[in-house]
Amino acid sequence: MYYNVFGEKVSRRRFKEMCEAAKNRRELIAAGLTSRRDLFKMGLLTAGGMLVAKSGLSARAQTATPQITPTGNQTQTNNPPSSGSNTSAGTNQNCVPGNQTASPKVTPFVTQLPVMPVAAHSGLATFSPGPTNQPNPSSGSDGREARAFAHQGPTNYPGLFPAANLLGNNYYKFHQVPFTTSQMSPNLPPQTIWGFDDGTHGPHSPGPTYKATYGVPQITRNINSLPPTTQVNNTGFGMPQVTTHLHNGHTPSESDGNPCDFYGNGFFCDQYYPNVLAGFSTQQFRNTGDINEALSTLWYHDHRVDFTSQNTYKGLVGFYCLFNNFDTGDEGTGFHLPSFPQFDIPLAFADKIFDPHSGQLVFDLFNLDGILGDQFLVNGVIQPFFVVSPRRYRFRLLDTGPSRFYQFFLTGNIGSNINPTTNPFFLIGTDGNLIPNPIQVTSVRIGPAERVDVIIDFTNFAGQTLYLENRLNQINGQGPVAVDSLVNPNQDSNNNECVGISNSSQPTILPAGTGNLILQFQVTGPRVRDNSVDPATNPRFYSLPTTTDAPRVVRTFKFDRLNGQWSVNGQFMDCNHPRFTVQQNTSERWLLTNLTGDWTHPVHIHLEEHQILNRNRLAPAVPTDQGRKDVTQLHPNERVELFFRFRDWLHKYPIHCHNVVHEDHAMMAIWNIEATGDMIQVP
Amino acid sequence: MPDVSRRKFFSFTAAAPLTAAVLSQSAAAAGTGSTAPVQKVWPPATQASARKRIQELHLPNLPLISHEGKRYLFYDDLVKDKAVSLNFFFANCDEICPLVTANLARVQKILGDQVGRDIYMYSFTLKPKEDTVDVIREYRAKYGAQPGWTFFTADPKDMEKLRAAIGFTYPDPVIDKDATQHIGNIRFGNEPLMYWSACPGMAHATWVAETLEYCMHPNDNLGPAFAGAKR
Repeated sequence: MYYNVFGEKVSRRRFKEMCEAAKNRRELIAAGLTSRRDLFKMGLLTAGGMLVAKSGLSARAQTATPQITPTGNQTQTNNPPSSGSNTSAGTNQNCVPGNQTASPKVTPFVTQLPVMPVAAHSGLATFSPGPTNQPNPSSGSDGREARAFAHQGPTNYPGLFPAANLLGNNYYKFHQVPFTTSQMSPNLPPQTIWGFDDGTHGPHSPGPTYKATYGVPQITRNINSLPPTTQVNNTGFGMPQVTTHLHNGHTPSESDGNPCDFYGNGFFCDQYYPNVLAGFSTQQFRNTGDINEALSTLWYHDHRVDFTSQNTYKGLVGFYCLFNNFDTGDEGTGFHLPSFPQFDIPLAFADKIFDPHSGQLVFDLFNLDGILGDQFLVNGVIQPFFVVSPRRYRFRLLDTGPSRFYQFFLTGNIGSNINPTTNPFFLIGTDGNLIPNPIQVTSVRIGPAERVDVIIDFTNFAGQTLYLENRLNQINGQGPVAVDSLVNPNQDSNNNECVGISNSSQPTILPAGTGNLILQFQVTGPRVRDNSVDPATNPRFYSLPTTTDAPRVVRTFKFDRLNGQWSVNGQFMDCNHPRFTVQQNTSERWLLTNLTGDWTHPVHIHLEEHQILNRNRLAPAVPTDQGRKDVTQLHPNERVELFFRFRDWLHKYPIHCHNVVHEDHAMMAIWNIEATGDMIQVP
Repeated sequence: MPDVSRRKFFSFTAAAPLTAAVLSQSAAAAGTGSTAPVQKVWPPATQASARKRIQELHLPNLPLISHEGKRYLFYDDLVKDKAVSLNFFFANCDEICPLVTANLARVQKILGDQVGRDIYMYSFTLKPKEDTVDVIREYRAKYGAQPGWTFFTADPKDMEKLRAAIGFTYPDPVIDKDATQHIGNIRFGNEPLMYWSACPGMAHATWVAETLEYCMHPNDNLGPAFAGAKR
């Protein structure tokens, strides 16, 4: 059975036509025939602006449009394929079944990249009721407290962590709020989404960026100010109940934002972020924690069980940057990394779909596999531009999902007569952490919830325009590798052309300039002093903690699909049934296995980071696998072995797939960490 | 091109996407090289329009026949203004369906008389040719389904449309054709409030029931962690 992108059944003949159309378009683009005039001359275009139907040039009328539309400058011969928006030439969704519609066309690179404001503190005096170690039973103007358990920091380690009401100035109040924004694109109508308001900057999505510091504990009061759950008020998707997870945080479970700990309008949760290095309660690193566990780039997002994909898609995401005496945020000190926030820029990537008739942001509610958008947003704007100075910048790239993997390249010479160029940059961090030394790369791949920190040096590009380009040809929500029979239905080799995938176990990387041009860098800013470290001088950051400790137990987690049901070890998410108990301050090894031949799962484990010991028994080969991680991509037919130390904080946490569509369909398990653990090997 | 005709054109292409392609949003732009999308006047975004979109894309008004031989329209009679759970089965399925159907029977037992009043459980056959009204009635009785849990057959073409509309399909067309590998999830939703999600049909019945409770009686109270203060 074959489907078109509208979810309609099509004949095998039609399906092949769709594939042919994609192939033809690729050939046209490869031949440089990307302008209207070229197509017109070739007789492929009618005077009315239609592609001639018999050429079979479009299987998906609306999205085909931008791929063959000039940028407005007729003299250009090598236009960015994704200018004019949407899917690029290579990101072929024509063979993809599903119910996705195509977004309206927008003009790219007309809006400046917004940089989220640094979160503002709120005075303790404004807290009503006041913050307490035990959940505060009284109500006040902030509502009622949803938290059920005492803050572990001041309760269990009073010498290290001040009481909840003694944190000086380190209080934040974040309201989750609905708001209407026109910033996504000037070509789209205003959108009502959900975001965070810190009380100073008004509602934002992504929310304000925390500037947190090791050794300075803080409390964020997350107040649910979304519409009541009983009101018809979600514009079509989203559940107005929240539990805000600090992703990658070494956070006590009552403040972690567990998926089961959600609450509705009228409630708040005081989340105590100790900003402490992991290991502070162990013999080896008593009271201080292990500096080699230092974190830098964390993020926060809603985690409401069954509705995380909808709520994060609707805007409930933000950054949490954590600094210390080394990663100081000041390029004059410590590791001399570019100064925050001027030259240290968080970039939240999201792909979304807009209804072609109403222009409204929509969500594919009835999808089980994973959702791909055809509009690419950075910090809440579709294909923004960013004016930079010719100097070094630190960018913190975050894939907020829901399901897309990116392979980012720094592409130049787009729109000129020369071939597009691929420019190197430096990887300095994977997920939350700096890696031991910068590594020069030409691209970096991230999946949902993963982060990378990179240094891009614009010094030699003054006056030029560069693009952050995604060249990963992902065709559906299952991951970067396509289903075999989609590529090759009924072993018909002709259909390999359909997605251009020769080896379906490897993602397809598109040629330079044919991917999604997501962010445009205009290197037209003034020349300014650059005191940041040159990554080419190979500065040393943190060392990797050892992974040689004998594990107390080796546990296996099989990520699978049973009749469309996402499972972990054949079982499904259940808030009321934790699966196993880890013993506090011990080491474990976890084997993540994926026997499905075609699904990729970015697996995230809360509380502690891990290191990848091996993939299919081979040492990790790519730089993004070699540092500390909190999300590991589990590819088809893979077995990945992880090393963990579980330390300090107690009680419940989840392990789950961070393709949030899989997560919401139960690919998650709750586990505990307690003073005494169990030895269950297949939980 | 005026907006109305463009919209009409879009709906035409949606119905037959291979017949033609739109190159530009505006014919006037042809030849000028201008690609700026025409600033269109968008219809007002309302809760009603969002609800209507979900209905049009996912909740088609298809005719169905119940295990009692009664005729219903999927949207108008079964889903509109209701909280529902939706799943697929077929009578001679010997792998997943018995597990899911038996599990749903446990869920119904937990939810008691709320089923049929606050939430409606619907099961649709994947093999409407074989699963006649008599077959599904017998199948339903075998699992002890109580009132409020209805089984349906239909014209096979309609049933396939319904299956695609509510997302019980695989991306892999080969697997999708194989009924024994059919999707075993339970789709649940609160139609007027536009809360839709799904859970595995084989999840613990207590958790499925709790999930359905949130769907049929949405409220601003606390999640499961707080209710029993479980750790």
